[in-house]
Formats: sequence, C-alpha cells, structure tokens
Amino acid sequence: MSVLVYTESENGKFKKNAHEVASYAYEVAKQMGTTATAISINASDAAGLGDFGISKVLNVSNDQLKTFNAKAFANVIGQAAEKESAKVIILSSSADTKFLAPILTAQLKAGYVPNVVSAPESTSPFKVKRTVFSNKGYAITEISSEIKIVGVSNNAFGSTENKTTAAVENFDPSLGDDSFTTKSIEIDKVVGKATIADADIVVSGGRGLKGPENWGMIEELAEVLGAATACSKPVSDLGWRPHGEHVGQTGKPVASNLYIAIGISGAIQHLAGVSSSKVKVVINTDPEAPFFKAADYGVVGDAFEVVPKLIEKLKEFKAQNA
Amino acid sequence: MKILVCLSNVPDTTSKINFTDGDTKFDTNGVQFVINPNDEFGLTRAMWFKEKQGATVHVATVGEASTEPTIRKALAIGADEAIRVNAVPVDGFFVAEQLAEIVKNGEYDLVIAGRESIDYNGGMVPGILATLLGMNFVNTCISLDIDGNNATATREIDGGKEKIATTLPLVIGGQKGLVAESDLRIPNMRGIMMARQKKLNVVEPTSSNNLTADVKFEKPAPKGKVTLVDADNIDELINLLHNEAKVI
Repeated sequence: MSVLVYTESENGKFKKNAHEVASYAYEVAKQMGTTATAISINASDAAGLGDFGISKVLNVSNDQLKTFNAKAFANVIGQAAEKESAKVIILSSSADTKFLAPILTAQLKAGYVPNVVSAPESTSPFKVKRTVFSNKGYAITEISSEIKIVGVSNNAFGSTENKTTAAVENFDPSLGDDSFTTKSIEIDKVVGKATIADADIVVSGGRGLKGPENWGMIEELAEVLGAATACSKPVSDLGWRPHGEHVGQTGKPVASNLYIAIGISGAIQHLAGVSSSKVKVVINTDPEAPFFKAADYGVVGDAFEVVPKLIEKLKEFKAQNA
Repeated sequence: MKILVCLSNVPDTTSKINFTDGDTKFDTNGVQFVINPNDEFGLTRAMWFKEKQGATVHVATVGEASTEPTIRKALAIGADEAIRVNAVPVDGFFVAEQLAEIVKNGEYDLVIAGRESIDYNGGMVPGILATLLGMNFVNTCISLDIDGNNATATREIDGGKEKIATTLPLVIGGQKGLVAESDLRIPNMRGIMMARQKKLNVVEPTSSNNLTADVKFEKPAPKGKVTLVDADNIDELINLLHNEAKVI
C-alpha cells in the first residue's frame, strides 16, 4: 500500500524532476501514514533516492528500455504498482512522462490529475490543487477512483531532502512484443545545454529584437547565466527561431526560477504560459507594455543597449562570485 | 484512409478567466469559444490528407448543443461529417471513453486529437483513447506522414525531437508543427454554405464512471507591483536578483 513514484533518469542519471517527485511522494506517503517506493528504469544510483525520502526502489535494468518507449514504460510502472498494491502513483511533468501517463491511466482505470502544484489538500477524500485554463486559474480536484495518479508540475513543489535508507530491489517486468509497436528511429536533442523544461533560468526574446540576426546577444546572455533560450509566438511564427523555443499558451510552459523577457510586450497568452516562473524580469522600451504588470523587476529601455550592459555586468558578477 | 479528428470547444486564447456559483463553475459569460488550437493544427493536417491522399475526414466532439458552432466551423473548413456526443465533458477519462465508442463503431484508421485542451489542460484524451482500443499512440506530435499502413511521426521531447515509426491504426496527440500557423484555414463563404448540408450526427453518451471532479476553482493571487530599475543602473538589477530574489 505504499505510494509509488516514477523517478525518471537519462543516461543512467536521475533527472532533476526525479528528486522533486520523490520529495512529493514522501510527503503524500507521510500524510497517508505509509512509505514511498520508487520505480526506476536503468538508473545507476538508485540508493541515492533515499536522500529524498524513498524507502524502497524497484530497480529495472533492461536493455530493451534503453530508449524511452511510452507503452513499455507505462507497462513497467503498471506492473510495479500491482506488485506494491500502490493506490497512489506520482509522476512528473516531463514530455516523456506526460506521454506515458494516459496509457498507464487507461491500463489501471485510474483517475489522473496532471499539473498539480502542491501537496494534497487532503488524502481522504483525495484532493489536489492543479493549474487549469493554461495557468489562468487553479482547480481543487477530487480523485475518487481506487487508484489515483498525480502529475506534479515542474518546479512547483521543489526538492526537499529527507534522509531515509532506500532498500534497492531488482525488478524484472515482463514485456512482450506488443509493448514495442512504436519504434524510435532518430533522436535529435541538444546536449550539454539547458532545456526550457528543466532550466533554472530562461532567457526569452520577442519581436522587439527586430530580426533573427539579433539573437546573438540573447544566446550570449543565456550562456553567461547557464540559461535556456526561448521566444514569443510571433517570433516562432515568423520563423526567426525554431518552434521548439515558443513558450506560451500554445507553446511550451515555463516554470523556471527566473524568466527574463526581452522585447516581449506580454500578450495574455504569453503571460499565461510563463506565469509559473518564480521571478520575472522584463526589458522593454514601452513602459505601457502589459508585461510590466506581470513582472517582478522591470527595465524600461532599449534591449540593444540594456542587454549588452547586462551581459558585461553579469560576467563581472560571475567572476567575483565564482 | 478514414480519419477522425477530435475537437474540444474551448475559450478563445485571449479570454479572461472567471469563476461563478461560489467558485465552483467556469463563468462562460462573454467568453468566445473556438476550436482548441492544438486540435485545429490536427484538423488542418487532416485536410492535407484528404486533399493529397484521398482520406475521408470526420470530426467528433463531446459537448452540449452549444458546441455546434465550433463543429460547423470544422465542417466549413472541409471535414466531411461530424458527430457530437450529447454530454457535458466531465473529465478526460469520460471524454476518451465516449470517443473510443465512436472510433470503434466508425472503424477509423487514424485519430487526430490535440495534445491537450487549453481549458482543463488534462492532456490525456488521445492516450487513454488509444489504450482503450489497443491502437498505437504518439504524443506531442509535430509531423505526421502516412504511407499505406505505415506511419512516420515526429514528436517534441524536452530539448529536441524524436522520429518514430509505427503503424495504423494510430492515435496522435497533435500540436503546432503538424502544420504551420500560416497554414490554418479561415472558412470561406462556399465552405460555410456547404457545411449546412453536411451530416451532424448527435449520439447519446455511453455510461461511464466519473473518476475525478473539480470541486472548487481559484484565481491566481494578484501580482505585486513591479520594481523598476533604471536602464543606467544595471548593477542594481543584478544586486536585486542576487540578494533579494536570490535567483542568480
């Protein structure tokens, strides 16, 4: 009857969100008077989850699962849930996990609530708070099914250390050919750079930058900060930047610690998409730009003057604080 | 090839969101409803399959009679036939079960739904539907090509994209990229006239359990006032971000 959490890894290492969902699972388990068990696939340091309150890890080592496959991974998590008689399953909000979550939901006839931002309001009845209307509101949602699946928003609950000793147990799920009816044939992924999904800082540019040739300073600022780069919808529609960088209601959501908007006026759709970021800085020539009403810090000024100065000053700051 | 495009009827992206009845219901007062943007990219891709590969395209929605203008718009854009399940969509599982019944009865080869609706953001309908029917599934799909029984899809992943090979019958959770924003179609007068003569079948829901329920809504807390920093005093901005906000 433990709480089961899927802790995601990449190339053997746990992702940042794995620690966050583990911390969440520990909190839910505590509220329910039970313990948290993690299911981990091809991760090398399973015992390390004990630092985040995990008492037991079902550790899968399987070469068939080297590359993500939504159906196969959902099957593994489903079998782990059955083995543990888990009634609550905790998932992250990564692209991969949001892909497998509905498959798992259907297999287990579970009630699934994604985009959850805080620990359950209560566990009997089971109520969680989630974002709705693309971050323009919240809903308190009750899950009444026997098995409950909670998808935790990125960077909403945070990671908390809870020193526990995790017992690591090998787990060997049975996977037939019907788990692999979709095949990955090519993965094109930036390596060594922060992504919008897990970056602490996101630097984003809008139409105020006048053209794609001016993105050098956005990239330089991002590099100095170790940030991911993003853009507004018009910029991606104009083809100045790839679609994958579009953040906002119909693009990617941003939930970073710091979001820096440069030359973005702040249309309601854009503000909704980035509203989960903790601190927002806006740099814009127009003091009436709507983004100033949604930001924490603002600079009224020309990006072409402010950004190079900011880069220079940040380099000095980084050198002093290195 | 027989395609079903699943449509969700959602508030326009510019809508201000309010709640009513003691914050237990979404306030539809003054709200303009549209085809869910993620679904509209899929509908437009389906039109491409119709024009280039001779596909038949049906659209389906789960909703009350008030959703019919949205369905008519899809017919005016070029869908051949529409189905409306006459029910208030309770949650994603409920909607997926209703659509699964339609897909089973209509023997569709390809189902295109949006990766999520922009109202309740559940992101689960296409995946549950696929699993209930044992169909293949690709989420956050940004390109799709069909050749006979084979499908090649590209999905967006965190930090990049992945190309996937699979076979029909297939369900995709689509989004921008399936077609570009500039490919979206505005219905013309001829399309609107023709849509009036197209079939819009209304069916009653199959019984289903409600697994989740929204019991209360909240609006985000009002934002505090912005702290303005002079453009000539960038040191102060760095100081605030380091010492006050503690984010650098």
